[in-house]
Amino acid sequence: MADKKDSAGLDAVDAGPVSSDVSGEHHAGTEGDASEHASVAALRERFADAVVRHRVYSGGQHVVWIAPEKSHEILAWLRDDPDHRYDMMSDVTAVDYGNGRPVNMVYQMYSMVHKRELRLRCELPLDALEIDSVVDLWKVADWLEREVFDLFGVTFNGHPDLRRILMPADYAEGHPLRKDFPLRGRFSRAEQTRRALNQDVERFYRAEDLSAGHAPQEVAPVEVGTLASDDAEGDA
Amino acid sequence: MAQKTIELEVGRGREMGVDGNPSLSPIAPFDIVEPDMNTEHMLINIGPQHPATHGVLRLVCELDGETVKRVVPDIGYLHSSFEKLGEYRTWNQIVPLTDRMDYLAPLIYNCAYVMAVEQLMGIEVTERCKVVRVILMELDRIFGHLLWLGTTAIDVGAFTPFLYSFQERERIYKMHESLTGARITTSATRVGGMMADLPEGWTDQLREFLDTFPDTLAEVHHLLTGNQIHIGRTQGIGIINGADAINYGFTGPNLRAAGIDYDVRRNRPYYDYETYDFEIPVGEHGDCYDRYLCRMEEMQQSVGILRQALDRLPDGPINVADPSISLPSKTDAMSDMESMIHHFKVITDGIPAPEGDCYFAVEGSKGELGMYLVAEEGATKPVRWRIRPPSFVNLSVIAKLAEGHLVSDLIMINASLDIVLGEIDR
Repeated sequence: MADKKDSAGLDAVDAGPVSSDVSGEHHAGTEGDASEHASVAALRERFADAVVRHRVYSGGQHVVWIAPEKSHEILAWLRDDPDHRYDMMSDVTAVDYGNGRPVNMVYQMYSMVHKRELRLRCELPLDALEIDSVVDLWKVADWLEREVFDLFGVTFNGHPDLRRILMPADYAEGHPLRKDFPLRGRFSRAEQTRRALNQDVERFYRAEDLSAGHAPQEVAPVEVGTLASDDAEGDA
Repeated sequence: MAQKTIELEVGRGREMGVDGNPSLSPIAPFDIVEPDMNTEHMLINIGPQHPATHGVLRLVCELDGETVKRVVPDIGYLHSSFEKLGEYRTWNQIVPLTDRMDYLAPLIYNCAYVMAVEQLMGIEVTERCKVVRVILMELDRIFGHLLWLGTTAIDVGAFTPFLYSFQERERIYKMHESLTGARITTSATRVGGMMADLPEGWTDQLREFLDTFPDTLAEVHHLLTGNQIHIGRTQGIGIINGADAINYGFTGPNLRAAGIDYDVRRNRPYYDYETYDFEIPVGEHGDCYDRYLCRMEEMQQSVGILRQALDRLPDGPINVADPSISLPSKTDAMSDMESMIHHFKVITDGIPAPEGDCYFAVEGSKGELGMYLVAEEGATKPVRWRIRPPSFVNLSVIAKLAEGHLVSDLIMINASLDIVLGEIDR
């Protein structure tokens, strides 16, 4: 009896959190008042087609949902327009609600000049998880977008170095922060152990695995095998 | 921050210009003809287990001689998926996860998390709770900066400041212990208040610390601030200008050292920080030395804030009176029917949240520490709990800062960023 109960509990863990019984379109709350926030009012005026909705949450935090295909244009405008000047990208992250609802990209911005905060969100349908990268606008987005790619599987078009960042480079179980990912991983513990033991550790020392966002040095013959075999080749 | 002294010219000889900045004069005073040698760049690996990386961080460097051509940081060795774990826990159960991220300043994380939850739910905490949290956050700012001070000094060869700062840290550890029962994993906060009020005699303990700590700080100033070796190792190393620092996402002392006057406590004040009298140190050059000076001055300012907070610490309850948020006292829960029901409901069901999301930032010891929460109507668990990690963003700049410097400078640059890997990998 006790065993059965325990295994039911573990099954629940494996199934992943069920966050929402609402599927598909669900947008609670009422439309925010755009006149309270100068940037929201300007967005409504200039990008009327691309502004999907606007909410005010948590005591006056303005959130604007925008169309993903216009996201780069809108973000660039918000950064450069002298009336807004969101020069600081505080955070880039994503939210997965589960149950087939779209993954939300979240951009949290702050304007040093106008001392104003704004949060933009974009809904990406699960069958088209891609959006334009904003690394060309804010360099801070480099690692933050890599993290979203790693943990949510969102592809960023134009990102110079889109690799996994927190999970191992050869991680084969998917994207851990998605709601359909079970808490203990997709593989059994035995399979996880087997993979860990069979890992080719030396592989991670290869130069081509480390091709960062820089252009490769032309003078550098970096196609050496490993650090260990580097010496051996030199001797030969 | 213009504390550059004349000792420099004497100390650094012809490599240091009259303005105190190192000049890039070649070692040989004649034109060097580059020999046409087939030189290869070398790939070296620092870490993941190395004392100078300040945690389980791996840096792969491409070197030309001893000059760093590029650095590729490799992180994720401590990844524990706290954000995923948070989705399975009720609001209060997440608190213990927060102090395991930045174990060098755990109370700031405890406070920041519950402040975000309270912002999301629209809970206004009591006046006493606000002041107590300010005290704890400023105390842990000193706590975090002290560890940075000791380990960074050791990286440039100064051993004594390490002993001084760790002695002072031990006193803060003891204060953690008498307040929460734990030295590192404090878990001191709860939604709507604290786990417990300050124990008797704790404020006296803190006052005694505040009386003697500035002396230690002054001694470290004597040892390092005008020290020729320390200046030679830090000035002009890892420079970033203000505009770049914003664009690359620097926050905290790293950003302020680059000359940008941005502090969450001042720009987006919380808990009446606008009523405290303190200054925000701002650097000029954005190099390792200015980062050092900024942090040293911040500790001094935190001492001032702590004194003001202790003076204004009001009496009264520390938890909000709402029984659907705060737990009743143990005696009440055992003897009174209503209290027992509330206790049971808060523990088993948790606290329901309204629909929405919330980004709440505090000034952590490393930079802007943001907590982003997404909840659905009536949910007692977050749909998404996201930490905006200041160290993660600060570390991503190391590739830019270290380019063209020597390997030994790379160690100093890494130390000057003040990273903690528990929070980077989460």
